[in-house]
Amino acid sequence: MTISHFGAVLLFSLFTSVVFGITQRSEPRMMIRFGAFCFALFVCGTIIASWAMWAIKH
Amino acid sequence: MAAKIDYPLAAGDKGLTNAAKPRISPALTLLAGWLVPGAGHLLVGKWIRALLLMIAIIGMFAVGVALQGKVYTPNTGEPLDMLGFAGDIGSGLLYLLARMLGWGQAPVLIAVADYGTKFIVVAGLLNIVAAVDAHSLASGRKRS
Repeated sequence: MTISHFGAVLLFSLFTSVVFGITQRSEPRMMIRFGAFCFALFVCGTIIASWAMWAIKH
Repeated sequence: MAAKIDYPLAAGDKGLTNAAKPRISPALTLLAGWLVPGAGHLLVGKWIRALLLMIAIIGMFAVGVALQGKVYTPNTGEPLDMLGFAGDIGSGLLYLLARMLGWGQAPVLIAVADYGTKFIVVAGLLNIVAAVDAHSLASGRKRS
């Protein structure tokens, strides 16, 4: 199996956010909100870090 | 005199009082949750959460193995390998299955295999988090 770097980010973020959402909140509605927040944070954080590394190099 | 523990009711147990609900030992839920991802939540009656946790953790482990990630072995003498092993062993029976079937033992040949290694380690760590959450539900520390 091969996967793109961004695909790996999406998969990692999805699986991790599901577990964080379920375990860190008590109410189902809050679980979904926290899971979505974690997912967005993982993906956006990775994109920002990637551009930061590109900017440092150039 | 032992204090009476008031265990929370699962979402599907509307007809049962706390006294009538069969009590699951928190230690048993912790052990079950560690051995099989999601099993701890299944024991406390949270089957939707159990299913989602099972899919997420087994999925992450499977993607890691499919990416030809490394499955760490104990007693290599390298501190980083020992930490990796501590993460991997969190997957419980999945780790034993991987060792029995020889998954993750081949030398790393592709660039994304390092991602696979991290997927496997994080799957184990997430499984520990899930098992502790099941323990908290069973002991009543987490309300629902």
